Amino acid sequence: MTTKHITRKATRHISQNEGLIFEKSSPGKAAWKLPPLDVPEVDTAKLLGKQERKDLGNMPEVSEIEIMRHFTRLSTWNYAIDLGMYPLGSCTMKYNPRVNEFVARVEGLANGHPYQAEKISQGALQIMKTLSDCLLEITGMDAITLQPAAGAQGELTGLLMVRAYHESQGNARKKILIPDSAHGTNPATAATVGYAVENLKSNDRGMVDVAALAAQMNEDVAALMVTNPNTLGVFEQEIHKIADLLHEKGGLLYMDGANMNALVGKARPGDFGVDVMHLNLHKTFSTPHGGGGPGSGPVAVKKILSPFLPTPVVITKADGTLGFDYNRPQSVGRVRAFYGNFGMFIRALAYIFANGPDGLRQTTEDAVLNANYIRKGLEGVYDLPYSTPSMHEVVFSDKVQSKKGVKTMDLAKRLIDYGFHPYTTAFPLIVAGALMIEPTESEPKEELDLFIEAMKSIAEEVEEDPQFVLDAPHNTRISRLDETAAARKPILRWKPAPSAP
Amino acid sequence: MRYLPKSPADRAAMQQAIGIRSIDDLFSPIPAEYRLARDLNVPRQMAESEIVDYFKQRAKENGEGYTSFLGAGAYAHYRPIVIDALVQRGEFLTSYTPYQAEFAQGTLQAIFEFQTMISELTGMDLANASMYDGSTAAAEAVMMAVRVTGKNSAVVARSLHPEYREVLTTYAAHQEIPLKTVAYTDSGQIDLKELEKAIGDDTACVLIQSPNFFGTIEDVEAIADIAHKRGALLIVSIAEAVSLGIVEPPRTADIVAMEAQSFGVPLGFGGPYCGVLATKDKFVRQMPGRLAGQTVDKNGKRGFVLTLATREQHIRREKATSNICTNQALVALMVNIFMTVYGKVGLRELAKQNLAKATYAADQFSKHAKVLFSSAPRFNEFVVQTSEDPRAINSRLLEHKIVGGFPLKKFYPELGHAALWCSTELTTRSSIDKAIDIAVGRAADGDNSDRNLKNPEPVEVAR
Amino acid sequence: MPSPTDRKYTKEHEWITADGTIGITDHAQESLGDIVFVELPKAGTDLTKGKPFGTVESVKAVSDIYAPVSGTVMAANDALATAPEQVNKDAHAAWLIKIKVKDPSEMNALLSAADYDKFVSEEAGH
Repeated sequence: MTTKHITRKATRHISQNEGLIFEKSSPGKAAWKLPPLDVPEVDTAKLLGKQERKDLGNMPEVSEIEIMRHFTRLSTWNYAIDLGMYPLGSCTMKYNPRVNEFVARVEGLANGHPYQAEKISQGALQIMKTLSDCLLEITGMDAITLQPAAGAQGELTGLLMVRAYHESQGNARKKILIPDSAHGTNPATAATVGYAVENLKSNDRGMVDVAALAAQMNEDVAALMVTNPNTLGVFEQEIHKIADLLHEKGGLLYMDGANMNALVGKARPGDFGVDVMHLNLHKTFSTPHGGGGPGSGPVAVKKILSPFLPTPVVITKADGTLGFDYNRPQSVGRVRAFYGNFGMFIRALAYIFANGPDGLRQTTEDAVLNANYIRKGLEGVYDLPYSTPSMHEVVFSDKVQSKKGVKTMDLAKRLIDYGFHPYTTAFPLIVAGALMIEPTESEPKEELDLFIEAMKSIAEEVEEDPQFVLDAPHNTRISRLDETAAARKPILRWKPAPSAP
Repeated sequence: MRYLPKSPADRAAMQQAIGIRSIDDLFSPIPAEYRLARDLNVPRQMAESEIVDYFKQRAKENGEGYTSFLGAGAYAHYRPIVIDALVQRGEFLTSYTPYQAEFAQGTLQAIFEFQTMISELTGMDLANASMYDGSTAAAEAVMMAVRVTGKNSAVVARSLHPEYREVLTTYAAHQEIPLKTVAYTDSGQIDLKELEKAIGDDTACVLIQSPNFFGTIEDVEAIADIAHKRGALLIVSIAEAVSLGIVEPPRTADIVAMEAQSFGVPLGFGGPYCGVLATKDKFVRQMPGRLAGQTVDKNGKRGFVLTLATREQHIRREKATSNICTNQALVALMVNIFMTVYGKVGLRELAKQNLAKATYAADQFSKHAKVLFSSAPRFNEFVVQTSEDPRAINSRLLEHKIVGGFPLKKFYPELGHAALWCSTELTTRSSIDKAIDIAVGRAADGDNSDRNLKNPEPVEVAR
Repeated sequence: MPSPTDRKYTKEHEWITADGTIGITDHAQESLGDIVFVELPKAGTDLTKGKPFGTVESVKAVSDIYAPVSGTVMAANDALATAPEQVNKDAHAAWLIKIKVKDPSEMNALLSAADYDKFVSEEAGH
């Protein structure tokens, strides 16, 4: 079998086996030690009565070295940006600078209590204010909230403001238009806010069909949610016309900022007609994905929407100090306790500082350059369903390979053997068998060349021995997992074997 | 730019390969009038040392070195060193959601262990991989109860964290879920008689917190009986996870909506934290959030995958159980490691120390002021009523680098001059004694003047 | 394999027998792949022709099941709750619900086995 290219990126490596932590537990082992109690002991039975807990069930008892080894071994079974390119389209897996982690852990910031007096919260408030100012400059918007905990909650917050705005105009309106290329969160969010969802077809260039929009636009439409560049990595060239069509009928333009990393320093949504947008600090601004979170989803708006921002908002008070303003009668309310994922604000701001205006622009340019370099390298090998120019990501399809029975997910699994994390599979939905590839700016030319080589090699393997690709991955600790069994009879927690004492 | 791995020669070679003359060619799809022709007005590029300096400076302006008696939904507990040593491993820190299971078994197995421990601690059948935080978990739990029961209103305890109630109000508004609030009694616990009256045929759930916002432990069993009699679910919100070490978990609840920040997550000025939902087996398909499940690979080897994904937004779109996409994976990993470090015995001992410290502090306070809600059991928080405005007391304490209790006037004006105080295992006896001395006017600096003589400007508490 | 001729079909890939037993077609189960969960209405639920009454789930997809005709649910096949794979094994035997048909004349508008098979082959041709 042709595996000639595999060893250029990846190699075989000893990996440790490791059971579940519960299987290592035995009574009397401990990884903790409390200081002696400096107040009188309490009689728990007397204090708590029937509310006293007697047993903590199957909680583990293990030592510290076992914990270190356990989690270190688990970690080695993961792929990571720190190991190599992570070309997940629309996820923006860029380098997570370590200074971000360091400054987020500085005592005083890490230990600040959300309810401590404003007088001793000026540092945190200053960070929130400075980040807000930077994000407003980058997006070209007028006002911002940092409160939403993630992009999806940002969408929710944005649409709540859309709704509040329309209600203030006397008509909440009924529906949200969403292009068929959109991420699934968009319709899910619209439903959460009580709006009906109406699909908007893309045209043959992969963009919003402006004529269709004109036909569907009426006074029932509260907003259009558009991702720009969209999920095909294509910039919506008629974005201003789209904005005008909405605004003429009193609708608003919501931009999903998932792909803002294609625009930072090059174009500003506020300049091309966007009324409200969210940002994903874990995408564009380098805060770590951490295996699935935490995210952070600030929402930036134009002036007309600012009265509706969630409470509280950071303000400069008369004496020049910073504070929180809770007195906002038109606010949509609160979407999360406290002020948002503050730890992510620190990281995002550290990233902006490390880049400055020149670095932010160069970052965007390199991200777009990398995507186009891959596009060029794989054109002709994989089907390119839309020839429209790509920005920060490129979407191919498995049209050629599926003739041999090999689908995008199979190709993705084989890519693992080559030492790369797979690209995004089967999304966007408007491309059958999509391969959505986003290299980000963090990849050197050498890594991109290895990736292109790997993808070409896999395409050859499909021609020579499709079954071998269908059986991939071959080099991982475990082979393909039975997802059907997992879903039919879910096992969602460990339980001791019935024979155990 | 130090994060960008390309030389000018690399860029030139790549441009040539693509067939463009200038990088601007790639931006030509953006209409010229919207292309930014100037530098962004953001701070100039900084050296790493400058960045570190900047944030250290901000930390100094942020209560560094203060002793704090604040709880109220965010708790100061000791964080074992191994937590940060492990969560900063790049394989955890810089990996994505484990959709490609073969390449993410580390994250998946860790989630499975997390789900197991949360289930054990809460007394529920299963738990999800985490939610944003305790407030959104509570709101999501209410929406889940509406789906499970087919009923559409909710009854909420007034002793639920006020900001959780605010978040729920925001979420419920457009789901058309009417909310009814039930008062607390002199014990600090929910008023059972009023609760009984508040539940109607359309009540999907009763949402309480235990230990509640005042630190008081609710009689969950009695509340569950009342709710279940009327066909409503019981949701118990837990904001102080350490309580689970010594307080009987709400086994009779249907959904537990938890904030796990206490388990090894830094206070971090309010986030990121770690919400969790736990529930009974029969409700799993109505539960939002990611789930890791055990399965086998082609060779019969044990492995883990994200499962029951059809509940989620990326498949079900507008019909999803929630729009949530992320979990708090890295924060959940902190929680996971914390639970593993303390384990079966340590968590109980830790909780016992919290109980002892708060009991001591409340006893000391009760010699000089009124400690409210003393007839019901409590965990590590208690409410102190004073004749002086607690904001004035806090202002005096601040001068001694002490952050006093959380003034309750804004949310519970009926309690008058009251504040919510918290003591954890980190609170020392001497700091308790000192704080009380200053609070009641017997200032530790030898100034024995009566508190009424000292009346500085009340400080604005962040809330 | 041609569809059984003892029942009628819909373009949404459901079948219904004269006595009101409803299921999904073999073609439907095949395109869904391994079915992991079936969600069905309780007895007593009123169904409206053309409206969804339940869902079938595979690992990565959810499909609505539509009522071929209006009626009232008399029974749901509870065995599918623990053994959804029965639908994959024999879709034409693994019934989902039995209903009391409100207006038997609605049955006339449904597809015959031959028409359904023709519809499926045409749909695949696109």
